[in-house]
Amino acid sequence: MKKVKVYVTLRESVLDPQGSAVMGSLHKMGYGEVADVRIGKYLELVIEDSERDVDALVNELCHRLLANTVIEDYRYEIEEVVSQ
Amino acid sequence: MKFAVIVFPGSNCDLDMYHAVKDELGEEAEYVWHDSKDLSSYDGILLPGGFSYGDYLRCGAIAQFSGVMDEVRKAAEAGKPVLGICNGFQILTEAGLLPGVLLRNKNLKFMCRTVGLKVENNNTLFTNEYKQGEEIQIPIAHGEGNYYCDDATYDHLKENNQIVFTYADDFNGSRNNIAGIINERGNVLGMMPHPERAVSELIGGKDGLALFRSIVKQWRESHVSHA
Repeated sequence: MKKVKVYVTLRESVLDPQGSAVMGSLHKMGYGEVADVRIGKYLELVIEDSERDVDALVNELCHRLLANTVIEDYRYEIEEVVSQ
Repeated sequence: MKFAVIVFPGSNCDLDMYHAVKDELGEEAEYVWHDSKDLSSYDGILLPGGFSYGDYLRCGAIAQFSGVMDEVRKAAEAGKPVLGICNGFQILTEAGLLPGVLLRNKNLKFMCRTVGLKVENNNTLFTNEYKQGEEIQIPIAHGEGNYYCDDATYDHLKENNQIVFTYADDFNGSRNNIAGIINERGNVLGMMPHPERAVSELIGGKDGLALFRSIVKQWRESHVSHA
């Protein structure tokens, strides 16, 4: 089994009003050195071993449902899960 | 004319949509559950507003894989009118039936009030009862109605007259104030404002009624001439 950590973020060209609001708040709190905040999503998938190539599978899942590539980028990390 | 009002788990404007076509226009309408496998008996498809599947992941993202969506695609390909309002618009963009995507409103607020809309294209089966450039008053109710598309898509929409409605004022950040767009063929319309909530003076105005009247008028004309 594998655990896949998927990070979905808004593309750089897309305004992130949520991130801007959080950055504004951090600045008010006195953390003026925070130059930018972007908010995204973190998903964990547990995938059973099969004939399918995990990279191909994860890319397919991201393209079909997990990310909307019109506005979002994604990246992922794969970890081996040691079964009990 | 017989309309299907598609009901997804979380739809909440289905009753208003049904009321608009059934009670105000006197046409046939039926609620159709999201896993229906056959829409062939309907002349027009209505995707209502609400929060299909709780807007989990992204608004409209999960609904695009509902069983009924294959049938909605077929209806669109067959040239039947398909109208998606609010969450229905979000579903149509996620399903790839319309370009672009709806982002969070620029001020992060859920906005619920009546706004001015400009009819940018009255030469569609959804807007033939409006005047070109007419300003109408239609309610909005959305947190994610900020229409976004890239430059190439915008230019394409503009060239093909696919921008049907724009907001009179910018309040949610939508690209060039876009409030509603149509597909290239002209039979799929998505819009964030709610014409089905503006069909009677009793509820504050009836500027939305002409949209539903337009659909019925065009359908009657095409079916009389083919008879």
